[in-house]
This record gives sequence, structure tokens and C-alpha cells, in this order.
Amino acid sequence: MKLAQASKFSAARLREEFPILARTVHGKPLVYLDSAATSQKPRAVLEAMQDYYQRTNANIHRGVYQISEDATTLYEQARKRIAASLGASPRELVFTGNATAAVNLVAYSWGRSRLKQGDVVVLTEMEHHANLVPWHILRDERGIEIRYIPVTPEGRLDLSNLDALLSGAKLLGLTHVSNVLGTVNPVAEIAARAHAAGALVLVDGAQSAPHLHFSVADLGCDFFVLTGHKMFGPTGIGGLIARRELLDSMPPFMGGGDMIREVKLSGSRWNSVPHKFEAGTPPIAEAIGLGAAVDFMESAGRDNLEETERALVNEAHERLSQEPGVRVLGPPSTERVCLVSFVMEGIHPHDVAAVLDRDAVCVRAGHHCAQPLHEALGVDASARASFHAYNQPSDIDALIAGLHRARALFGV
Amino acid sequence: MEDLYREHILDHYKNPRNQGTLENPDITFQDSNPLCGDELRMDFKVKDGVVEDVRFSGKGCSISMAAASMLTEHIKGRSVEELKKLTREDILEDLGIELGPVRLKCALLALKVLKAGVYGIQGWPGEDE
Repeated sequence: MKLAQASKFSAARLREEFPILARTVHGKPLVYLDSAATSQKPRAVLEAMQDYYQRTNANIHRGVYQISEDATTLYEQARKRIAASLGASPRELVFTGNATAAVNLVAYSWGRSRLKQGDVVVLTEMEHHANLVPWHILRDERGIEIRYIPVTPEGRLDLSNLDALLSGAKLLGLTHVSNVLGTVNPVAEIAARAHAAGALVLVDGAQSAPHLHFSVADLGCDFFVLTGHKMFGPTGIGGLIARRELLDSMPPFMGGGDMIREVKLSGSRWNSVPHKFEAGTPPIAEAIGLGAAVDFMESAGRDNLEETERALVNEAHERLSQEPGVRVLGPPSTERVCLVSFVMEGIHPHDVAAVLDRDAVCVRAGHHCAQPLHEALGVDASARASFHAYNQPSDIDALIAGLHRARALFGV
Repeated sequence: MEDLYREHILDHYKNPRNQGTLENPDITFQDSNPLCGDELRMDFKVKDGVVEDVRFSGKGCSISMAAASMLTEHIKGRSVEELKKLTREDILEDLGIELGPVRLKCALLALKVLKAGVYGIQGWPGEDE
């Protein structure tokens, strides 16, 4: 079955499913190399959302009429399919607005009810601001202590001092894949050591769920956060996957409709998980869209997607590394997925990105919401080319040609 | 391309005017653009309400550095009162290019530093005017 699927896979056909990739910008074909910021959306996702609005739009978990029942079914089916594709049970998947909202849910609900002054949370220097700032807020509010796992100059986590850092820790929060370096962290190994030290583990999967084929259960973490818009889904939908008993034991984060079992003026009783954490009307169309995105990934074959993308990342890494005056950040391509970040001698990343834009090549420039990591690496900012399986080798040609134009223009 | 990187912008970027710092400046101020990490410091010597000397230092893209270099050329020998009248339109006229909302902040960082340093005006030029 799997072999039959693999033989049918065609990267060119996959690409045709993304309408935006057929457009031009400044009169040139769009070369989209910013999928780590947000991925493009396949027709199946756009159609699922439009179909929902045109045929089934109604609020969920409330109406007893047909289309409300249908909307509820679509929403809950999406939860089932998304959870299943990540090796989780649907009752363990709480829908949130994005990965940031999911980290905040953990920080506010679990963090505020479990952490007191002096308690230790361990993070890494590699984190996206989304997994730093919520803990900084808690530190300012509660006086918790935050320790950081350092990053080596090669862009790996420096685990040499891990046990000392974990000593007495209540939580370890780390990213599965760095959004700047593409580094795939050995999460399962680190999680086991954190558990041995008595800490829970939160994994930021914003950059791993879209690019790697894995099961959350195999990571051995307690909390896993994801965002839909980087994995072919729409914006406004993400999730928190956590062990059932952990979710059961956590107090609500936001109060309102749908998260309650019973409300009296004297007090309320909470709904069961995951609904306890989904106050108010949720992003229904977006959840359905993400469900369609997961279906799209499954039918293309997650291994096919990963393989196609790896080949592109390898080639981009190799060619950028050979460019004179270009410094590629992060580990060898065997230890990374999704992206290649770099700096060019004598040209600011903003200028690199602006010159590339004139060739309709979209790359990100700046610190990519990871300022502490850039400081640790000793660079002010970087340019980042990131990939999905819908990219093609000619996109890398366009990137390299654009860099040559930048060098000529700036005379470096 | 050529419309974004006109010759005079690249000239100011590669050969910045009034770059460096001043010893014992009367006013010194620095700020950054959190979106891209650009940093800019400006030093001023002011005598009898007139700017006698100015220097800028920092790091950033060609637009932010060229805009700072061009701005310093306006400043020397002019009164602090006159400088108050400088607007973002003056900066954009100097650059002579169209800029989107993100790069606009690169272009205006120098004027932001000038206004904050000399007049204590916070915020991006043109935003609350």
C-alpha cells in the first residue's frame, strides 16, 4: 500500500495543487522560499473552508438542527484526523489560535497553578520568542527562575551541562526544530533526562509538524504545541497536545461559553477536556481547513513530502555553502530540515531580501523572532530560505542568481 | 531593482557622511528597530541653539544607513528650531524611492533618533502627526 502510494507521488503534480504558485510578482514567476513563516495552501484546504461556509456554516456544540450537527461533526472529525496524524488521541488535542496561544495556555493554566517563587523552568537559547516571552511574564509575576540550555557555534544544543541545568526543574521547554537553524533536536533523549530529573517537558512543534513524519507519543513529551498555517492549513488554528490526566488536572485558562458544564450565578462547573480549554466560538472553518491540510499530507504521503523537501534543503545548503562571502548558520544538512539561514559579507540581510524580491524570490530577513539565538551566534540578523515539498530545484537557481545580483549591485 | 537602490543611496551607504562618534557630545541618543535589529546612535554638538557638528554610528541595511547619512547633511549649521520642522516627507524625498511599511521604518530610524534625542519626541515620525 505504502509502496504503491510512493510510486504514484509526483512533486510536480503536488506543486500544481497550490494555486498561488502559478502567479507572478514584478512580472516574474513567484519563488516562495518563506514556508517557515507560513506555508502556502493547497486547493483542497481552500475548498474545504469555502464549502463549509457555503453549505454548513452554523455554530457548533449548540444547535439541534441539521447544519449545526453537521458543522459539529466536521469540526470534531478534523480534531480526530489531526490528532491521529500526530499519533495522539482526539481528547488530548485542544484547539488554539496558533502555537503561541498553546504555549500561553500552558504557561497560564499549568504554570500559574503549579509554579511558585524559586521554581525552575529550563528553556533553550534556540527558542522562538513564543516559547520565551510567556515564561518571562511568569517570571516577572511569580519569581520563577529560568535557566537556558546554550547553543554551540555549530547550532546544536549544548547538552554537556544538561543534568545540572535540570536539577530541581519543574518544566523543560524546547523547540523540536529551530526556526532559524533548522536543527532537529534530539527531543526524545532530552525528554527522558528531564523526566528522570522530575520535570515535565513542553515541545514546540511549530517547525517540526509541517516537515517531519513522527508521532508525538514517541517524543515522550507532556505538552506538544503546533500551528496549522505552517503545515498547509489556514491561519488562526493551532493546538496543544497533552496527556489526558494532565489536561484534566489543569484549571481553565479562559472562561466563557462552551467550556462549561453548568453555570450558576454562584459558580460554574467545567466541561470535560479538551472543551474545557476552548472557550467561546472556536475557529471552526480553520479547524476544518487544517483537517483538510492533514488529509492532503497523508494522501501525498508524509514520507514523500519529507524526502522531497530534504533533497531541496540539501541542495540549497550545499550551494549556499559554496557561495563566496556567504556564511551558512547551523548544522550540516543531515541534521536539519526545512530551511537554510545565512549572512552575506557586506550586505545586510534586509538588502539581500529586498534585492531578491525584485526577482520575485521571497525570503525572510531579520532575527526571525529569535533574537537571543542571533546574539548567541554573534550575528545581528540573517536571511532565511525555507522550503516545503512544493518547491522545485529551479527555486534554488533563482535564489543563487539573486544573490549574485545583490553582490554585483553592492560591489562586494 | 534600480528604483529601490538608486545610485545616491548606494553612494551614501558605501561612503557614509558624518559617520562616527563625537567626544563630549552635548546630546547623544540611540535607538533600534526591533523588527530587524537595526541600531543607530547620533551625537550632536549644539552651540547657541545651532548644531555645530553631528555624527552617526550604528548597523543596519542600506536604506537605514543611507537615510542617516543624508540626514546628517541637513543638520550641520542649522538651528535646533529649524530641525524640528524636518518631516518624514523630507527623508523620503532625499531617498527618492517608494517604500512599503516595513522598509519605511528603516528609512525613518535616523529621524526618530534625532527627534527623540533633541526634543524628547517618542514614536515613529509621521505616526501621530
